Amino acid sequence: MPVLPLQRPVGRAAAIDRGRPWPDHGVRLLAALAVAAGMFLPGAVRGGTVDALPMVEAAPGVFVHRGRHEESAPENGGDIANIGFVVGERCVAVVDSGGTPAIGRALRAAIRLRTDRPVCYVVNTHMHPDHLLGNAAFREADRDVRFVGSVRLPAAIAARTAVYQAAIAAATGQPCACTGGENAAEAAAEARPVPPDLLVDGEMRLDLGGRTLHLRSWPTAHTDNDLTVFDEASATLWAGDLLFEGRIPVVDGSLRGWLAVIGELRTVPARHVIPGHGALGLAWPQALVPQERYLTDLAAAVRTALRQAKSLAETVDAADPAQVGGWQLAEAYHRRNVTAAYVELEWED
Amino acid sequence: MQRRRFLLAGAALVPAWGFGLARADDDPPSPEWEQLRGQLFGDRPIATEGPALPLLEVPARAADAATVPVAISSPFDQSAARHVKTLYLVIDRNPSPVAAIFRFAPESGRAEVVTRVRIEQYTFVRAIAELDDGSLHLASRYVKAAGGCSAPAGKDPAAAAANLGQLRLRVDAALEDGPRRARLMIRHPNTSGLAMDQITRYYAKPHFVREVTVSYRGRPVLKAELTFAISENPDFGFRFLPGGGGELEARVVDTENLAFTSRVAVAVPGTP
Repeated sequence: MPVLPLQRPVGRAAAIDRGRPWPDHGVRLLAALAVAAGMFLPGAVRGGTVDALPMVEAAPGVFVHRGRHEESAPENGGDIANIGFVVGERCVAVVDSGGTPAIGRALRAAIRLRTDRPVCYVVNTHMHPDHLLGNAAFREADRDVRFVGSVRLPAAIAARTAVYQAAIAAATGQPCACTGGENAAEAAAEARPVPPDLLVDGEMRLDLGGRTLHLRSWPTAHTDNDLTVFDEASATLWAGDLLFEGRIPVVDGSLRGWLAVIGELRTVPARHVIPGHGALGLAWPQALVPQERYLTDLAAAVRTALRQAKSLAETVDAADPAQVGGWQLAEAYHRRNVTAAYVELEWED
Repeated sequence: MQRRRFLLAGAALVPAWGFGLARADDDPPSPEWEQLRGQLFGDRPIATEGPALPLLEVPARAADAATVPVAISSPFDQSAARHVKTLYLVIDRNPSPVAAIFRFAPESGRAEVVTRVRIEQYTFVRAIAELDDGSLHLASRYVKAAGGCSAPAGKDPAAAAANLGQLRLRVDAALEDGPRRARLMIRHPNTSGLAMDQITRYYAKPHFVREVTVSYRGRPVLKAELTFAISENPDFGFRFLPGGGGELEARVVDTENLAFTSRVAVAVPGTP
C-alpha cells in the first residue's frame, strides 16, 4: 500500500476556508470576485437562485455528484453522469461538468458551498455530452479557467455538433437546434461545448496548491479521447467512462482497445475510484471485473458469429440484452455494442 | 357546429389518405417519395406486388443509425431473357435520398446486394428493381433510426485515415450450384461532410467511395454508384456466376479520385 504523506494537509485543504484570504495578491482577488459575480448573474437574470447539486465527499477534498442510470430526459435534466471536483489549497479542479450548462451552474453552486477558492481547471474525461456540456457554466463565470482534455478531444468535439444539439434537446425537452425553428439559435448556443485549451498527450500534472492531479490520456478505448485523473493526495482515480458500474458500458471507440486499457488501468494504485457512471466506494481494481467480463463476452460472441460467417444483421438479431448480466439500459445499448464490435472485429486476422 | 367542423376536417383528410389506403402495403406514400419517384422515374408505372418484387430486408428498429444493415435481392436468377438491370436504394428522409444505384448484367447470376447504410431519421427505405423490359418493381420498409448521416464519421478517425484504401475481396465456398456469393470490404471513413465544426463553423469535406466496379473474367458483375449514405468501411455482398473459374476483380474509386483494386482467383470444384 502506498504511503500517503499528503493526507493530513489535504484534509485541511478540503475544509471550508472562508476566513483566510486567497493566497495570491490583488489580481487573483479581483478574479475571484469576478467569479462570485459571474456565479450569481445567470440565476439573477432568470429571477431565481441556482440550486447546488448534492455531492458526496468520496475522499478528503474529493466531491462527487452521482448521475442517474437513465437516458437523458427532461425528468432528469440530463443529469446522468458522475461529475465533481477536487479542492486544493490554491484552487479547485472540476472533473466533468455535466450534461447541460444548467447542471454546470448547479455544480458551481455546490463548489461555492464548500470553498471560496477559484476554479482554475475544468477537466473533461472525454467527448460525450453528459460529461462536458456543463463547461459553459465555468466559462461564463471566469474567462481565466483552463479547460483540459485529451489531445484528441478538440477534433472529437468539432465532429459532434448534431450529437450535442440532440443531447440538449433530450435533456430539456425543447426542440433540437438541428431542426431549425424559432429558438434554434438559443438551443444551439446551449449545445456548444467549450473545447479544451490545455491538451494532454500522454501525461500532465496539474498543481492545485499542495495537491497534484496526475492526468493521463489513453489510446482509443471507450472513445478515442479518454482521460483519467489521479489525485495523488487521496489516491483517488477518476476513471471517466473507462469504468462503468451498473449502467451498460458503451463501445464508442474500440472494443479491443478498451480491453487492453483495462489491463493497464488496473495497475493504477488507487484507494478510491470514481466511475463515469455508477456507485462510489467500489473495491479497486475489482471494480473493473464486471465491465471486463461484459466486454470480453461481447468480443467472444461476435468472433464466434464471424467464424460462422453470420452477417451483421443475423448477429445483431441473435443478441439478447436480457442475457448480458443485468446491466441497466442494456435494451438501449447492447445491440449497438454488438454492431460496433462486429464492424471492428470483422477486420481481424 | 362541432359536428360540422369534424366533418370538414374529415373531408380534408380524404385526399391525403385516400391514395395511401388504396395502394398495397408495400407502397406507403411519403411526401419525399412522391417527389423522388417523379424525379427518378417520371410517370412510369411502378409495381408494388407480383413475383418480380425485390426482397428488401432492413431492421424495423436500427441498433445503430450509422450502421444499418440492408439486404436487397431479386427473387429470380438472372438470364439473358429476363434480368434485373438496376437496383435503386432510396432512403426517403435522408439528406441525399438516393443512397445507391447498383447495375447488374446477366452474368451477375442474381441481382443481390448486402450492405450497411446511415439513416438520418425515421424513414421508409425502398428498393426499386428495373428489369430489362423496363418494368419497375418496388419494395418498401419503415425503419426507426435517427442521426446516422450527421453522426461523426468514425469512432477512431486516426485509425480510419491510416487504413484508408485497404480492400478485402472474398468468395464464399461453393455450397450449391448457381450464383456464388462474394463480399467486398473497403476501409474508408466515407465521411458525409454533414457534421459541422462548431468552433470553426466549417463543414468537413465529404470524402466517400463513389463507385465500385466488379468484374469476373473481364465481364461486368456489378457496378455501383454510391453516396455517403453507405456506412464507414463500405461493405458489399453480391453474387456472380463462377463458370469455369477465373479472376474476380473489384475496383473502388472515391470522391478524391483515389482508386483501389483487389483481385481474387476463383476455383470451381471439378476444374483444375
